[in-house]
Amino acid sequence: MIYEGKQKIWSDYQKEIPDDHWYYVRSCIRQNFFPASERMFTEITQKVLGKDVYETPYHTTCGGIAYHCDTIPQETVMTIVARQFALMTEAGYENYCPSCITSFGNYAETLETWREFPELEAKIRENLWKACKREFNKPKYLAHSSDLIYHWREEIRKRAKHLLINQETGEPLRIVEHIGCHYSKMFPHKGVGGAEYPYVLAGMVESWGGQVIDYPERRHCCGYGFRQYHAKANRGYSLSNTHKKFESMEPYKPDAIITNCPGCPYFLDRWQYVIAEQTGKTYGENGYGIPVFTYEEIAGLVLGYDPWDLGLQLHQVAVEPLLKKMGVEYDPKAKYLGLNKEDIMRPEMPNSIKCC
Amino acid sequence: MIDFGFTLSKSSTVDLNKVDRSRYDQLVKLVPTARMCMNCGSCGATCTVSEYKGMSVRKVLTGIQRGEDVRPMLSSCMLCGKCTMVCPRGINTRNLVLTLCKIYD
Repeated sequence: MIYEGKQKIWSDYQKEIPDDHWYYVRSCIRQNFFPASERMFTEITQKVLGKDVYETPYHTTCGGIAYHCDTIPQETVMTIVARQFALMTEAGYENYCPSCITSFGNYAETLETWREFPELEAKIRENLWKACKREFNKPKYLAHSSDLIYHWREEIRKRAKHLLINQETGEPLRIVEHIGCHYSKMFPHKGVGGAEYPYVLAGMVESWGGQVIDYPERRHCCGYGFRQYHAKANRGYSLSNTHKKFESMEPYKPDAIITNCPGCPYFLDRWQYVIAEQTGKTYGENGYGIPVFTYEEIAGLVLGYDPWDLGLQLHQVAVEPLLKKMGVEYDPKAKYLGLNKEDIMRPEMPNSIKCC
Repeated sequence: MIDFGFTLSKSSTVDLNKVDRSRYDQLVKLVPTARMCMNCGSCGATCTVSEYKGMSVRKVLTGIQRGEDVRPMLSSCMLCGKCTMVCPRGINTRNLVLTLCKIYD
């Protein structure tokens, strides 16, 4: 695509993101896969940037996984969503920020459905009242947590200790940005930059000194796709999706992948091991894979946090090649030490893909 | 190799830079109207043997553009000419099938 064309699309699809006072809700699965990412979001927003970001322990799943696996109907999902909005209203907030891309898509779909069918909204309000005697206001602004980091990317840049620049060559690091499908493929105007070339992660990469790679399967699914993975009979399809993406990005020699969805970093990271086991092929340099990060992890590295405090030792693909390129200092011996400096044990190393 | 219980599926992607399109190129030289096909499917809808043998001039044209072997479809054609009568672009489909048979010979 022509760069000027992207600029036009990006200027057409901008959304208003308030600068403060956000009600933050966590993902069901991110804390298991990449445990420090959400903690890093609250650390950066509350402590580094001094923003008002509130969260409550009463928040539950949004129902998105069950909805996209076709196991619960939309009305049930909408009632769950209504309860989350009620919690936000009770806490006195108007700006809603989910950490999960599928949740974001789910909230956007619910709000759009209610806008089109107000009678359905009335019915859901009644359902919620009958179920738990709660009432709610709809959020004034809905933004994904990556939208907020995008919004504050220049503030992060001002505090940066490391940039996405190869310290040996001085060249920008070559970064693949992968956006979760539910971010803006359903409602392009809800995402920063639209559906075809969302700017949310590209903006972060450019601000922090990296170079975004454009490759043929850039907008292809990561492979998760809910039923593609959850039904074991379909898992070969999930793996093939990821394989297709890696085959497409390989000639561009990416240094890292940055993602903003709970499932994408997991599948782009773990499937590299499975592909290596099945085909013997690795996509990084010298037998390594391409390291995959969440945007909070990259923001944490840029701000100078210790890589092991960011939970990078839990990645399947070794992150050390990127840390060396960025010039991030790390202690290899501390990789498998927990917060209390006790050994958390080492995983078994695969033979097919090189890990540190 | 570890058995995960699932494997990579073969990609169904057609890479037009890699397939053999020589037969299609020969065909359009001999029957230039082959280029006029708009893939409407009228030929397949009216074809007597389509239901039994999967014959369709539309599929034949798509197949040779993708470098596929379309001879099984060609051999089932009875040359009745009904597809020629219904083609909205006026392509002489019967001539097209006969020419393609000669190209394969």
